[in-house]
Amino acid sequence: MSTATEQPTYNYKVVRQFAIMTVVWGIVGMAVGVLIAAQLVWPALNFDTAWLSFGRLRPLHTNAVIFAFGGSALFATSYYVVQRTCQVRLFSDTLASFTFWGWQLIIVLAAISLPLGMTSGKEYAELEWPIDILIAVVWVAYAINFLATVKIRKTSHIYVANWFYAAFILTVAILHIVNSAALPVSMTKSYSAYAGAIDAMAQWWYGHNAVGFFLTAGFLGMMYYFVPKQAERPVYSYRLSIVHFWALICTYMWAGPHHLHYTALPDWTQSLGMIMSLILLAPSWGGMINGMMTLSGAWHKLRNDPILRFLVVSLSFYGMSTFEGPMMAIKTVNALSHYTDWTIGHVHAGALGWVAMISIGATYHLIPRVFGKEAMYSSNLINVHFWLSTIGTVLYIAAMWVNGILQGLMWRAVNADGTLTYSFVEALEASHPGFFVRWMGGAFWVLGMLLMAYNVFMTVRSAEAKPVAQTA
Amino acid sequence: MSSFWSAWIIVITLGVIAGCWWVLFANRSAAPKGEVKTMGHSFDGIEEYDNPMPRWWFFMFIGTIIFSLIYLALYPGLGNYKGVLGWTQEGQWAEEVAYADEHYAPIFEQYAKIPVEQLAKDAEAMKVGQRLFANNCSLCHGSDGRGAYGFPNLTDNDWLYGGTAEAIEHTIINGRNGQMPAWGEVLGDEGVNQMVQYVLSLSGKETDAAAAKVGGATFGAMCSACHGADGKGVQLLGAPNLTDDTWLYLNPEWGLAKSVEQSIRLGRNGHMPAQARYIGEDKVHLVTAYVYSLSQGK
Repeated sequence: MSTATEQPTYNYKVVRQFAIMTVVWGIVGMAVGVLIAAQLVWPALNFDTAWLSFGRLRPLHTNAVIFAFGGSALFATSYYVVQRTCQVRLFSDTLASFTFWGWQLIIVLAAISLPLGMTSGKEYAELEWPIDILIAVVWVAYAINFLATVKIRKTSHIYVANWFYAAFILTVAILHIVNSAALPVSMTKSYSAYAGAIDAMAQWWYGHNAVGFFLTAGFLGMMYYFVPKQAERPVYSYRLSIVHFWALICTYMWAGPHHLHYTALPDWTQSLGMIMSLILLAPSWGGMINGMMTLSGAWHKLRNDPILRFLVVSLSFYGMSTFEGPMMAIKTVNALSHYTDWTIGHVHAGALGWVAMISIGATYHLIPRVFGKEAMYSSNLINVHFWLSTIGTVLYIAAMWVNGILQGLMWRAVNADGTLTYSFVEALEASHPGFFVRWMGGAFWVLGMLLMAYNVFMTVRSAEAKPVAQTA
Repeated sequence: MSSFWSAWIIVITLGVIAGCWWVLFANRSAAPKGEVKTMGHSFDGIEEYDNPMPRWWFFMFIGTIIFSLIYLALYPGLGNYKGVLGWTQEGQWAEEVAYADEHYAPIFEQYAKIPVEQLAKDAEAMKVGQRLFANNCSLCHGSDGRGAYGFPNLTDNDWLYGGTAEAIEHTIINGRNGQMPAWGEVLGDEGVNQMVQYVLSLSGKETDAAAAKVGGATFGAMCSACHGADGKGVQLLGAPNLTDDTWLYLNPEWGLAKSVEQSIRLGRNGHMPAQARYIGEDKVHLVTAYVYSLSQGK
């Protein structure tokens, strides 16, 4: 049984780099989100400029928050966690450095090509083929570096956080390569290798697993390290970890067709997507339970630890949105919710409430440790950030629930004579107040991220230092 | 699909569900007596308890699996197996259409018996007509029926194909194709400019009189077949009147002269889709009355 007796030196440089970029890309990605949310309230804000228009900036927003902000957080924490829980330095510093600079290059290329209108038209996979190839190369380097580090570990077992990180890294590689297969016609234009309903199915197999593996499995890996670490409590149940890990990765794979209910997709495919999404409820909640119950005996710590608040509230939003997801996958519910703002609200309950909040909690935890500081510059500012994020998320998702149900009901309302009661534009008009509240929620979030940037800057800059802890 | 792929789907679907079931039961354990032990390993100071899975969660998991198996017995899902209920989404759609036909068709049959002129004065009928218009026509003609660049204004009592009830109904049932040939190649740059000057002079705009005169001669030879010798248009052909101030293709960013030049040089191809196949002739009748009512009293 290995314990923390050895003194390996860890590669914290790459962790520091990715942690800082998590904050930077968080601000950029969310600011773009707030701009396009504002455009829905005040359409003149696109200034009649093509590259400022909603259609160009929306994919920039999604790519920036998922892959730049979320991706940097995953890189930073996975490199940090795998070293500390395997008690060994990263397999290769060169590969680590390559993944950092490669990933930043990809993000910059995305930030240029998407506003220029270069897109493959696949949601969350809009980047054109040269960038796709670069992503595949960087990702394979990441997989090699992570898995080889696990392989050379000095502990007897592989810690549960690393199962989830490994599943996330391996699956994302497969998803990206299969879904991005395309025939290039020029450097900036390609056509999908698939056609029609098959193309749609490949896209949503990718799309939902981007949620399942990038935005869930990866962040569960984060949860399994930072929650017990911050709470200083053992993980609640090893058995639960095993069951929910295997059930989660097996069933997520099938959930994609629930994005294509009542379309040209065959009936049997739709049914399988629906029932696997329902079975997914328990495996998803397994992670929430294991995180929440880890706090039993430590709940009092929430009173004065805003980092733990971030982590616990993220688990609550995770539980809520993974309940909502299976419900929305049921065909009868989906018939109402599909194509409405409810879907946007659901995504943001997960993206803001779960993904962003756990990343922020984890980043606050590791920044002082990898920069050799006693603690973050200001715990009060973390607390203010926590409340801004929580209120922002609630405003956002409440506005989208109201809008979504409103739109769903208005679209299907019929008069006694069978004619539709409302035209489309009337439902749009009715959504306007909700658009405004959503924009406010987003603005709360950006404000919080700016406070974080200030807090991180002051922490890193502070003269006070303590030796970088290389072991627990 | 072939029976091989059907079997493939059945096997992997049931295999994944059985796998979930197995991993769930294989990891069951009784509630611990006394203090819960940890697993004995520590990672960076993190230990793991050997707590059993929460019972309510365990049964919720089983519940979703049982629900899913029942669903797969009732509905299509397992490859080529159709399900006990024989449900298909096309079938559900056909049922809903049949329901609508049965319940709503009589209402429109009644309206269809009333002449358009009379229907246009029936406030109740016009409310229904307005809703049909909003959902089927407003995309092009605007929710107020005032049209847009390339889409005729229906409220001004100025008609390309005639404004009688019969003409409007014919337009909506069968659609229209407005063809203006491209004259750029035939007339050349100077010829196009002369024609623009002449066309503008028809509605009293200030023009280059000399150029307009040359254009006028060409107009008589080439354009009058459709637009009439006096330029007042021919409704039978859908050729617009050029002497009034209604311009279907007035691009607001270009101004009138450049818009007219574009029409002459490159031609125009206006398309109004036939609606009868989408909403049926009875509903078209009601929409006709609504459109007719828009320009009454103008």
